[in-house]
Parts: sequence; structure tokens; C-alpha cells
Amino acid sequence: MYPFTYHRADTLGDAMAAADADGAAVLAGGTELVNWIRLGVSRPSDVVDINRLPDLSAIELADDTVHIGALARLNDVAGHALVRDRFPVLTQAIHQAASAQLRNLATIGGNPLQMTRCPYFRSEAPTPCNKRRRGSGCAARHGINDQHAIFGWTDDCVAVQPADPATALAAVDAVLVTESARGGRRIPARDLHVLPSQDPTAHHVLRPDEIVTRIELPGAARRSAYVKVRERASYEYAIVAAAVALEIDGTTIRGARIALGSVAMRPWRLHRTEQLLIDSTIGSTEVEAAVAAGFDDARALPHNAHKIPLARNAVLRAIERAAAGEPAMRP
Amino acid sequence: MTRIGDPVARLDGPAKVTGAARYAADHHLDGQLHAVLVGAPVPAGRVTGIDRRAALAVPGVVAVLVSGDLPPPAADFARAPIPPLATRHVPVQDDRILYHGQPVAIVVADSLEAAEEAATRVVVRVEPAPFAVPDTAPIGTPSLDTGYARLAPLDVGLGDLDAAVRTAATTVTGTYTQPARHNNPMEPSAILAVWADDDLTVYDAVQHIFGVQATLAAVFGVDAERVHVISHYTGGGFGAKAYVWPHEILAAMTARVLRRPIKLVLTRAQMYSIVGYQPLMEHEVTLTAQDDGTLTGIRHDVVNTTALTEDYVEFGSVTAGALFAAPAITLSQRVRRGNVNLPTFLRSPIDGPGTWALGAAMDELARATGIDPIDLRLINHADREPSTGKPWSSKKLVQAYGEGARRFGWRTRPRGGTRDGHWRIGCGIADATQGQFRFPARARLRMDLDGRLTLEGGFADIGQGPHTVFPQIAGSVLGIPPVEIRTRSGDSSLPLAPPSYGSSTTIGVGAAVLDAATRLRDCLAELAGWLPSEVHCADGELRRGTEAVAVALLLSRHGTPLVVEGSFGLPGGAEVDAGPSDVAVRTFGVVLAEVGVDPDLGLVRLRRATGVYAAGRIINTRTARAQMVGGIVWGWGKATMEASHFEPELGRWHSQNLSGVALPVNADIPPLVDVAFVDEHDELAGPLGAKGIGELSATGVAAAVANAVFDAVGVRVRDLPITPARILGGG
Amino acid sequence: MAAQSTPGAPPTVRTRLTVNGVEVDRESDCRTTLLDFLRETLDLTGTKKGCNRGECGSCTLLVDERRVNACMILLASLHERRVTTIEGLARDERLHPVQQSFIDHDAFQCGFCTPGQIMSAVGCISEGHTRDDDDIREWMSGNICRCSAYPQITAAVRAASAG
Repeated sequence: MYPFTYHRADTLGDAMAAADADGAAVLAGGTELVNWIRLGVSRPSDVVDINRLPDLSAIELADDTVHIGALARLNDVAGHALVRDRFPVLTQAIHQAASAQLRNLATIGGNPLQMTRCPYFRSEAPTPCNKRRRGSGCAARHGINDQHAIFGWTDDCVAVQPADPATALAAVDAVLVTESARGGRRIPARDLHVLPSQDPTAHHVLRPDEIVTRIELPGAARRSAYVKVRERASYEYAIVAAAVALEIDGTTIRGARIALGSVAMRPWRLHRTEQLLIDSTIGSTEVEAAVAAGFDDARALPHNAHKIPLARNAVLRAIERAAAGEPAMRP
Repeated sequence: MTRIGDPVARLDGPAKVTGAARYAADHHLDGQLHAVLVGAPVPAGRVTGIDRRAALAVPGVVAVLVSGDLPPPAADFARAPIPPLATRHVPVQDDRILYHGQPVAIVVADSLEAAEEAATRVVVRVEPAPFAVPDTAPIGTPSLDTGYARLAPLDVGLGDLDAAVRTAATTVTGTYTQPARHNNPMEPSAILAVWADDDLTVYDAVQHIFGVQATLAAVFGVDAERVHVISHYTGGGFGAKAYVWPHEILAAMTARVLRRPIKLVLTRAQMYSIVGYQPLMEHEVTLTAQDDGTLTGIRHDVVNTTALTEDYVEFGSVTAGALFAAPAITLSQRVRRGNVNLPTFLRSPIDGPGTWALGAAMDELARATGIDPIDLRLINHADREPSTGKPWSSKKLVQAYGEGARRFGWRTRPRGGTRDGHWRIGCGIADATQGQFRFPARARLRMDLDGRLTLEGGFADIGQGPHTVFPQIAGSVLGIPPVEIRTRSGDSSLPLAPPSYGSSTTIGVGAAVLDAATRLRDCLAELAGWLPSEVHCADGELRRGTEAVAVALLLSRHGTPLVVEGSFGLPGGAEVDAGPSDVAVRTFGVVLAEVGVDPDLGLVRLRRATGVYAAGRIINTRTARAQMVGGIVWGWGKATMEASHFEPELGRWHSQNLSGVALPVNADIPPLVDVAFVDEHDELAGPLGAKGIGELSATGVAAAVANAVFDAVGVRVRDLPITPARILGGG
Repeated sequence: MAAQSTPGAPPTVRTRLTVNGVEVDRESDCRTTLLDFLRETLDLTGTKKGCNRGECGSCTLLVDERRVNACMILLASLHERRVTTIEGLARDERLHPVQQSFIDHDAFQCGFCTPGQIMSAVGCISEGHTRDDDDIREWMSGNICRCSAYPQITAAVRAASAG
């Protein structure tokens, strides 16, 4: 690690002021930032630790919206009655993310800012990667790309956003609330991440000085489920993941929200499928057709064609689970 | 009274559950410096310059060493045997780059933080050269320059295989592959080296204390006695710490140059490119059979990747010369050489790869002939070792098949493809087997005046249970509870011990301990004035018939402690053998696995497994069971997830961490891992009647799993690991 | 508060915490992780470094009673926090029930991952994730055991949680 100064922020104002300086990086759970600094992905001159800020980890209901303080640890979010009851998809996504001890560190505000797991990006020795060094190229485009994108990639970047909770948040139309010395913003979770067509070097739209303070989950998604596909049964990133939230009347789908994880540089909403699913019957061929239609614009890379049927099947499985209201966690 | 075979709880338990057990990197010495290696950024070419100014400017940095700064190895080094020397190529000696990550500089600082930072500030200028990708390099015949290639014949031709192919009723032929796999012990390799004048002491993470001693002595041209190797606990090795790798030589050289204690702990990433791994392997297998399933021919051609420096040969073909009776057997071993660090042994070498390809091919033959796979194996049981015609020292494989089938319920198993929700159930079996190595060993017992016993031997604990089974052996002879026996180990000043690899520790050290304990009992008999043949020990007493005398009383009368050495030697004074020359020594077993396959999501999950083994006398059923369970988990990892890919464009290991390379976790392994041993006592293998088990344990599993996957969904996967991509892609 | 900085030397910060019940008050390099601090400064080497990336669990310990990976935590961020390592688990030379259970169920071989497994098990039990074997297996999956003593680890956790 390159040296840095450490700033123990005691108030949000203090933290915002410190984060506004050039070279500052905000430290929350640390499960990503510490590794970025080790890898040289991030070289902050000042680390602004916000862990001591008061009142940033509460989980409460207001105006039919669940408000989650950004510093709430993932396990605390998943286990909270409001989240379990209203957003089982988020509980399931969290419980399938990382490990129990990492989830005790990682925060709900930090998780969506996780960077890609592309092995070229995460390499200890630099490789051609536009996200590591602008203009250096994308070794994965014609390299080992079995884990990479099937949606929204360009020749400049084929990486995927890997965060399970972020995928669930995108599916339930969560909103990230940020603060900074220059004012705050409300950012829909599904718009947080940046596709390579917009900027192959970027991960998300947050400015370095912005601090996520709260995540809002409007309403509820009681019929929702998260299906994660991976070789290892636990403690592994997804090959593909599907977050599905349904509104059901009997066996008829009245509303559907679907986000795929690990298929693009952002949680990938299947808007077309969501539309086509309305008024279709659970278990019918209409559902299969609607889901398949969501993959019309999927494009495989040389080594990841399997991810298209896999993602499609994961969506179907998640729909089945969401409709059944199963609490089951594993696929 | 404790006997051989009892499930004695691990005596090193308290040290290991409290954090008191010190592994190599846990040692600290006054004045120690932290070293961090800087690796080559390209797989081939030459270092044209190293700019160390920025690194040296980091506060706390003491030195940045590059080629020219370290002494060359002494003349003896050119003759140091490979193995235990892993590779003759010592980095940081010249400007040549032979593989990505090859150390080219060593940063030394008074804090780990400073050393790590400075390592990233060393600027390495290189002139890259074209490189050979090992996976696709031309196939060549291995050089016999090192011990790696002399382990077994490179070519075997018995009988007329062509005729067997021409006349066969059924022929099965296939190419089976397995990716490179890194050993990835949880403890990264680590060494703390310190010189006092011309005496070197290293605290090292090793599997073979005396191999390190002899090799480092050769590096510096000093007598072996001047090199003191200490390794009380090793945090797993699985082959990666069996031999002496460059970082050990570099740390000792750095300590020599700087005259300070040097601690060097490899990063997890460096564990991929500085120590060995199991190479990528291609197996071409042909089986020919008559209508009734009788094998008429076996062909097994193996190619593995290796480095440019030495030809490491992974002898996967050996199994095909040892497992099934067939009149015609043709075997070969070839290599592909590339710009990569040298491969090495990995838990269950030789027969691990061999049983994968052969076990999968046998299943294909069973399907082709419509014969149950266990029946097919019984038909082709080898009553003698096929490749040599030698009788077996012992072999109870038929009993293992029977017991395995019974415990698993093989004959009443669910029909392949049976549904359980989205899961399709499948069952598979395969053979487990492993050849035997034996090394000479010594052990010392010291009985103090109070009757307290100390056991001493220079063996390494890699978790196989030596702190438990050796006291157990001594205690069973001397009537002393193992827990009351003090053990001193892991130190080259103690009696010679064989390596903790090749499943050879117990057979060697155990026999030496048995010998020492027997001699000690003889001494006690002499002190009592009784004939050794008349006595036995129990409950701290020496007994003859109904007479008894307290051992402590004998000692206090004697007035001086009793110190005896026991030994285990090999015929002709050999340094290693595979058993007595007139018999074939091998362990056998059967692995049965039930898997669930989710064909939509491509998932493969283990539901239960049974392993039944005929492996000689089991010294401690508890620690033995742990080894076998561990091996089955290793096999599961090999079957379904473990893989290290060589990036062909960049010429380097693709993922060099534990998130890009999956190893099994707890959730992968069901509680139902059932292990049993057939009662066997192999007195030809050694005086204990025991054989090695640690590597037997991970053989056969990958084939059993692949066969079970086929049973479940009809997808024949011949390329490991069996990933969702392969399930969805139909193999 | 801002870190102190002297020319040339890396910036340092003062951190006061308790480790195994003992108050520690140190000025240290801002980069120092809890793991390196325990191992290199306090000589508490029971907490192991297996990957230094949060990918193996060997460095698991308790911060304020919660299990976390020590390699992912900057020492500076533990101001006024309580750390418990494997060395602080046994009381009055009596093994903690989880430690004893690991011996009783043969839940380790080489022992390197064992401190992390045990600290993780202590957390797992206090969190209540021991409903059945599947629950234990899932919630103990953050600790890789390459010797692969998983069935025995599950048995040890189950027994300790019942006891």
C-alpha cells in the first residue's frame, strides 16, 4: 500500500469536508477499499473513516418506505424484520453474498460500489484493462471471458458488476441518497452503475466526494426471490444471478421486476420481459416466452455462451420461487 | 490401555485450538527484516534494468537486491539432487526471465508495510521475448536428467495392443483432461532465515526437514550440520512444500548478504508462480474388451505441461499398469514445455490423475457392455501387478468393493435421473489406489528417571497426525498413555525422518518408533533381570506373567535415563523404494458418490459419498478417517471446481487468488461422508503392517463424480472440472 | 481527528483499543491492518494470514463480539473497540467449549485455519445460525479448510451449540 493519512470523522459535516479534498477516499466496511489500495486500484492520500458517524445504521419504516442507514452491515440488513418481511429478495441476496464475517463488515451503502471481479482488473500485476488504466485496452475482450458480460459490453470493457445486494436493490427500485459538500442527490439503484458505452473506465456515477447516507426501499416486494448460480455452494461470486419481484393475483402475474446480476456492468433490468409477463400465468409457456424475449439483445463473448441459457433459467427459477413465496435460499 | 488402531484424539489439539502452535511466519527474531519479492512482468525475455531509487526512498527500506547482489550458489549446488531441490533455476542470479512472476528483485525493510510499498515502487525494465504457452506447446519426450522423470518408465509396452484393438468386441476410447490445479495450502510458504557466522538457521514451512537441510547446505557449500531447519507445524502443504523452492534459497542468500534475520512470507498470488502446482494433463485412454467384459487391452497416453527449466512428469499412466488385468498394456508419458514455473506433486499425484481417466473410461466401458461397473471391475481384478507380474504384498480390493457396495446401497441405488425437485440424482463409482513409497527413518525415545517418556524425530507435521500416532505406537508398546508422552519434532537436530509426502511418514517413522519402543522395553527387561521375550508393559509397569515392577522404579534404580534409537531401513541401504523388490505394494479402495444435478442451472452438488479402503493396518482410526474425508473433499474440488488457467496472451496464471480459483467450502460437503477400512495387515510393507493413506484418499473421486453426473443427466464430461458451462453445453 | 505526519516517515495515527481485555494505545502507520498489528506488533500470531484479501477466513476474530476478517480492517478504524483473538478465548487455562469441541470432534488437521474456524464458530453460535447441519455448513463457509475437515467442523459446531 502507498502511504495515506487517516481521518477519523466524527460528524457527517466533518466527513463531507474531508471527502471533498483531492485524493480522499471514504472508508466504510473496508472490504473493498482496503483491497483496492493493496492492488493499487485506488491510491488515496487520505482515508476518511465514516464508521463512527452516528445515526447512519438505523433501519426504519417511514411513508411506506424502508429507510436503511448506509452504514448498516449487510447481515443486519438481511436479518431485519422489515427487510425479511417486505423484501425477501434482498435478504436472500445478502445471505448468498460473500461470507458471514465479511457481511459483518460490509455495509449496504458500500456494497453497490463494489468494483468488478474481472480477473484482469483484479490482477496483482497490471494487465491491459481500461478500468485499471485508461486507454490500456481490454485483455478480457479476446481473452478468458467465460465470466464476463452478455449485455451492454463494448470492445473497451466486457466486465460485469458482481454485487448480489446491488442486484436485488435494482430489482426493487431502491434509491441511494447521497450527501456531499456540494449538496446531495437521490440516485435510483438501477441508474447507479455505468455501462462501458458510457465510460469504460468507470464503475458508477458517484463522485469521490459523495457519501451514500441512506438507501430507500419503497413499498414492498413480498413475492420476491434471488437465485444465484455458482460452482461452489457458498462464498463465491455468481456466474449469473436473478432477482425477481412479482405482484401476483392468484396465479396471474400483475407486475414483475427483474434484475440480473453478473451479466453486465450494471444490474440488468429485463424491462421487455417485465412488460410481457403482465397477465401471464405462472408456470405457463407465456412466462418462458416472455423471459426468452428479454434475451433478444444478449450477445455472448467467445467463452460465455452458456451464460445466456443459464441466466434465462435463473430468471425462470426465481419467478417460480417468488411465486411460491419460498424462503429457500439455495438454488 | 491404548493400542494401535484406537481412535486417540489429537495430542496437538490444545496447541492448535489455542493459537499456541507456531508456524513458520509466527516466529520473530530480534533485528529481523521483512523481505518482499518483486516478480517479472513478462513470461520471457530479459531484465534490462531495475530502477530501485523510488523503492530505496521509502522510509524503512534497507535494501533492494537485484542480480549481482546475491552470491552465486556454491559448486555443490550443481550436484544437489532434484528432488528434493525443486528446480536448479535460481532467480535473481542473471537477467533471464523464464516465467511470469519469476523473482527479479528482493525488497528488504524494517516493516512489512514499507517492504510491501517499496516492492510496488521498484521499476523493472524488460526486453520481452516470444514465449511458449505450455498448454499448446509441442509434445516432447521427457529428459531423464531429474528424478521427476525417473519415477516410472516413460513407455511401457506389454502384449499386442494393436491386436487387442482389432479383435475387441467393444472398444472405448476417449480423451480426458484435467486443468492445472494449485495446491493452495492455507498457510502460504514462509521462511525466517538467520546466519550466525557460517551457521544457517531457518524457520521454514516444509514437508521435508532434511531435504531442506541438505539442499540449503549445497547452495552455500557448507556441511549439512551447519544448516538448522526448524518446522514445528506446517499449515498444510499438499506437495507445495515438499521440495525446496527458490524463495527459500533467496531468503537464505538475502540473510547472508545483509547479515540480518530475514522473514519472507509469500503472498497468495506468489503461491501461484513461485512454488509448484499440478500441471494440466491430457489423457488418451483406450480400453478393449471381450463380450463378457474381460479387458484385452489398455492404452493410456499422458501428456502434462512443464516448465522450460526441468521436465516434471506427472505419471498418470502408472495406474493403468497396476489396476486391471489386461494382457496388452501400452503406456506413455510426454510433456509440453512452456514459459511457466515448474509443476510439482499435488495431493494424490500419479494415481489421482490416473484414476480420473481410467475410472471414467471404465464407466464408459460398463455402459457400452451393459455390465454393472462393480461387476466389470470384479471381472478384471488384477491378481498380480499387471505391469510387472509381481504378487501383491496384500490386496483386499474385492472386500472393499463388497463393503462399499453394502454401505452405499449400490445395488439398490436410485435409478439414474430420479428427480428430487429440480435435482436429478445419479450415482457413480470408481477405484481408489495409490502406489507406495518408503524412506528410511530413525526415532529416539528417552525415558527419564520418573518414567516419563519423550519421543524425538525430525518429522514434519502437516496435519496428518504424527504428534498423535507416533506416541500412540510407542505408548502401545510401553504401556504409557499417549497423552503422557512428550514429542519433540520438526527440527533437523533430531533423528532423521523421511518427508511428509508420498504417504510415507507413518510407514517409516512409525516403524522406527516401534523399533525404538521395542528396544526400550528390552532395556527395561534387562534392568529387571527378565528375558525380553517374556515381558510386556502395561499401566506404567513392566510385567512378566503375574509379576510386575513399576517402570519408574527400574529407572530410579538404574540412576540414568534410558535413551534408545530405533530405525527403519530399506533393503540394500536404499534411500527410497516402492516396497520389497519381489512384491508390489499398493493401496486400494472404492469410492461411491451420489450427486444431484440441476440441468437447468448446471449445478452439481454432492449428496453423499462412501469410501472403503484396503490400506494395511490403520494406526489411528480417528486421524485416518480425517485424512480420507479430506481426500474425498479434495476429489470433489477436482471434480467440480478447481482449475488454474494459463492466460495464453499474457503468458501468466490468470487468477492468482482464492476468489478467482474456487476451493471447496463447508457448504459443499454433506455430513454423509462415510469412510471405512477393510481389515488388513501388510507385514511385507513394513513392520507395522501399515501402508500410506493420505494420498489414496483423493484418488478415484473425480471419476466417481463424473460417472455419477452421467448417471444423473446423461452428460459425459471428459474435461474437468464439471462446471455449469459443461453441464449446459452437454459435456 | 487528522493523522500525524512527519516528513519522510509514513503518516501515523493513534488508536486506543482493547485486545483480549488488555488496553492497547498505539501510534501506528495508518496503513497497518488489524491482522498485521496483532501478528507483528503484539506477537499474537494465532490469527493467521492465509490470503490477506478476505478470501479464506483464516484471520477471523471478534470485534465487539462479531466475527470479522482481520485482514480487511485498518487498525485505525478500531478506536475504542474490543478485539478478541484466539489467544483470548480460553479462560483461566480452561479451553472454551468451542475449542474443546474442535478437539473432541477431530475438526482440524494441520491447524492453520483452526483459530479462524473456532472464532468463526463462536460467532456463528452466538448469531444463532446452528439450526441444523445445513445452517451450520452455510454459515461456516467463510472459512476454508484445505485439509478439508468440514464434516468434523460441522459436528464440532453442532455439539458446541447444543452444549
